[in-house]
This record gives sequence, C-alpha cells and structure tokens, in this order.
Amino acid sequence: MDLIKARDVLFEYIRRDDEGNVEGITTALDHVSLDVKQGDFVCILGHNGSGKSTLAKHINALLYPEEGSIWVDGINTRDDEKILEVRRRAGMVFQNPDNQIIGQVVEEDVGFGPENLGVPTSEIWERVEESLKAVGMYEYREFSPNKLSGGQKQRVSIAGVLAMHPKCIVLDEPTAMLDPKGRKEVVRAVRGLNQVEGVTVILITHYMEETVHADKIFVMDKGKVVMQGPPKDIFSQVEALKELRLDVPQVTLLAYELKKRGLDLPDGILTVDEMVDELKKLKGI
Amino acid sequence: MSIVVDHVNFIYGADTEHSVHALKDVCLNISDGEFIGVIGHTGSGKSTLMQHLNGLLKASSGSIYFNGQDIYDKDYKLKDLRLKVGLVFQYPEHQLFETDVFSDIKFGPMNQGLTKKEAELRAYEALRMVDFPEEFYYASPFELSGGQKRRAAIAGVLAMNPEVLILDEPTAGLDPKGRFEILDQIKKLQTERHMTIILVSHSMEDVAEYVDRIVVMNNGEVFADGSPREIFGYVKELEAIGLSAPQIGYIARNLRRAGFALPDGIITVSEAADAIMEILG
Repeated sequence: MDLIKARDVLFEYIRRDDEGNVEGITTALDHVSLDVKQGDFVCILGHNGSGKSTLAKHINALLYPEEGSIWVDGINTRDDEKILEVRRRAGMVFQNPDNQIIGQVVEEDVGFGPENLGVPTSEIWERVEESLKAVGMYEYREFSPNKLSGGQKQRVSIAGVLAMHPKCIVLDEPTAMLDPKGRKEVVRAVRGLNQVEGVTVILITHYMEETVHADKIFVMDKGKVVMQGPPKDIFSQVEALKELRLDVPQVTLLAYELKKRGLDLPDGILTVDEMVDELKKLKGI
Repeated sequence: MSIVVDHVNFIYGADTEHSVHALKDVCLNISDGEFIGVIGHTGSGKSTLMQHLNGLLKASSGSIYFNGQDIYDKDYKLKDLRLKVGLVFQYPEHQLFETDVFSDIKFGPMNQGLTKKEAELRAYEALRMVDFPEEFYYASPFELSGGQKRRAAIAGVLAMNPEVLILDEPTAGLDPKGRFEILDQIKKLQTERHMTIILVSHSMEDVAEYVDRIVVMNNGEVFADGSPREIFGYVKELEAIGLSAPQIGYIARNLRRAGFALPDGIITVSEAADAIMEILG
C-alpha cells in the first residue's frame, strides 16, 4: 500500500517588493508525482535548491501544494481539520540537532512529543523507553542534551519523533553537521527503525554512501523528479548524476573508471564487498 | 614566516567545577603556503585550536608565534594578527548581514580603515577570487543559492587580505558539485596566491583529495601529523578515535587481503584505478 502519494504537486515561492507587487517566482515543486510504499526506505537526492526540502515539508503539512495533492496514509494534507493527523503520521527530523532539542534532560525531551499529543503519563514513559532503546540512547536517558555529541543529539531528536509513533519519518540532511562516527551512528539507527520497527523512512542527504541500502532513490532537479529507481539503477548512470551536480559513492566511481579503461565489470557496483568479489572473478581467484 | 604553536594548553572554565581541558600540550609548526587538513571527532579540540591561531582564545599556558613574534607579548597587536589570519566559521552565510553582497564584502576592509575606493577594489578582487557570478554582486544575500552564499561569506574574509586562511567545515550542507567547486577555489588560493590554508573537515574523501598534510586531533591532543598517505594508512587507529579512511582505502585494503599486490598508500579513486589496471589490464 502507498503510504505517501503525491500527484502533480506544484509549489511556488513568490517574492514581492515593498508594495506587494510580484518581483519573481521560483517554482520549487514543478508537478511532482511520486509514491512511497509503507515500510520502504527511500532517499531523495538533488543539488541545493532542487526542491528536496520543499517536498519534505509537504509530507508533514508544513507546506501545502498550490496545485495537485499529497495524501499521507490516505489523508489529504490540504484537509485543515486533519492536519494534526497528518503530522502525527509523518514526523520530521532536521539538519541541526541543536535547533530541535528543547528538554533539559534527554528523557524529558523525548517525552515532550507524546505529552503534547495527550498520551497518558504511564504510556509516555513506555514510549520514551522504547524510543530511546530503538536508537541506542537509553543509557543516556538522564543526561543533559548539551553533554552529548552531535550524533547522539541527532539520535535523541529521532527518538523524540519515534515516541509519537509515526508511520513515517522524514529526515532532512540529518548527518550534514556530524563527524564520520556520528554519521554512522545516525544511519545505523535510521536503518534499524526501518528494518526492526517497520517505520517508513524518507532520507534526504548529500552523502551518496548513505543511500546504497535504500529500496528506492528519487533524484530531483529544478523542482521535478528526474530519476527514480533502486540504487543499482540510479548509480549506474554516473554521467547523468554528474550533470545534476551529484556524485556517486567512491566504489561506484572506481567501477566506472575501470570500465572506461576496458575492464568487464557489471553496472551499479555499490559496496566494497561487491567490488572486491568482481575483481577477484576477473583475476580468476 | 610561519606559525609555531608551542606546548599550548587551554582549559575552558578554569576556575569552575566544570573545567574542561580542551587542548593538551599542543605543538605544531605551520609553514608558509602549506595546505593543511585538520580532522578529529566532534569535541576533539579542532575549533578551539583554530580560535587560538587568530587570537580569539588565549592559551592557558604555552606560546604561539606568528612570523617569529610572540602573539601573547604585551606589545603585540592582536588586531593585526586577526587581519593576517582569516577565520571562516561553520555556516558563515549566517553572518551575512548587509542588504547586498558587495556592501557586505566591503564592510570588513572599510572597518579596517581603508578608503571607500580601496575597500571596493578589495571587495571586487575577493569576489573574483571565489569566482562569484557578477550578476549577483548587488543581489540580496537571501536570493543566493547555498553555494553562492558560502562563496560570498568566504569572500568577506578574503577581502581582509589574510596571509593565512582557516576554514571550519566550509562545505557542510553543500551538494557534491558545490563542494568540489569551493574546494577547487580554495586550492587555487594556495597554488596561485601562495596563501597558507587550514581546512577543518569531517570528509575524509575531501581531505585525501586536496590537502598536503593532515593533523589529527583527539581529546585535545595532536594524535598524528603527516601526509594523507601516511595518515590514512592507519585505518584501525583512525576508527578507534571516531574517524575513518576514505572508502577507496577500504577497497584497497580488502583487495590486498584477497591477494592483489596493490602498493601501499592508495587514497584516491584514480590512484586505485591505475594500480588495479597494472594488475588486470
């Protein structure tokens, strides 16, 4: 079943001068249609300004389409009366953890969301516990957030969303400000949510390595979805991605370079192990 | 002409219960025209060290010499040091404040006491150095893309004519092409203008590709100091302190384990491709 369904979504940012006359229009989403299946892990790639974040904000009704519609779990995001229902189903995590954490203590921060939803107190504590365990931060429940590393803070932000029991989590560049270890921690936690808890994940990122395990990748350019498919198909199109100001993982780039120089390798090698296996075959070992 | 960091210690909140020993006996020698990458996990002391280099923080003990002069000497003017050592903070575009790009860039040199004409000349040169598109010189910073804002902010520091440029994660949040463009520009400042560049980065791939020397920080100490080839040879040690090697380093390592006679010290994709073709080509 499709958890998220977008049809012909149009959204424009309109700039006006002091008198309110229109100075310019930027089409951020240009008739976007896409479907995300329940339980999928999807990634959205695209250069700065391609419309990724605008799309993300449509999924939990922070923005509405001017034309077209988006349905989250069957609810049209334009339906004002059901806006809280939409936000309860689709949680968001942003780039900077420091802008998202409000509690003085980790468990208090994670409990804020469900409390706000009117969940009974005893259940709040259950949810806090299971959410912190799901992201591997339970041992830090009594810490002050400002004593945590960037990766740990970001995992607390994710737990805060998870405690609201969403069907889907949208993460907008959650690792952009983190060091390699923090990045790995967050990606591992997000994959865990998807595989163990069955939460649908929509990950926006500039780090191509984080997308190789996705079920599906959407590539955006100038407000349009220009490519979509499994990582293998997307990353075999090295030239097209480069034209879209994107990149491929180093291992895929190596495969591409070796093919150009005449080695007989299959398309879409995405992991170190695949690469080593293919080269072993060629060497006959 | 150089920067010498001599046994520098720094303690945050020294007189309080919550004091943190952020730099521990740091010694570094930075020569003119070097391109140095500084890596380390969050909280390893990278940014604290950078803020010492232009005098924003004062060492609790130890000395720093800039071009042979002790910057803690009571006659030394820290204001001059800050002109010579330009610091570009993380997300520098948050510091753009003027109504148009050009005014923002010339603010620094004007403040330095240059005439309007000189300041404008500096602003113009700085924008050229970062390849900023001319049609946006008088645009509002709000109308720029992420990469353009970043460039404008870097130009603001370059307009002060620094001899040393320190950049704290200049490419965080930029798309891959925007990242390469900025890094290429920075590299040019070193090769064409002989500026000393210090790049703080979380991207091992970028550091491997661009810098001549890497300083690894861990828990306030200099953990290692050497060429990218030397540093990224220590995969296990780097992982133990929350870092990693570029992905290509792992490919090379696993191929060696599988019986490929690859040379040591492969850190870029083209080096790996060359070495593999030697064997299979």
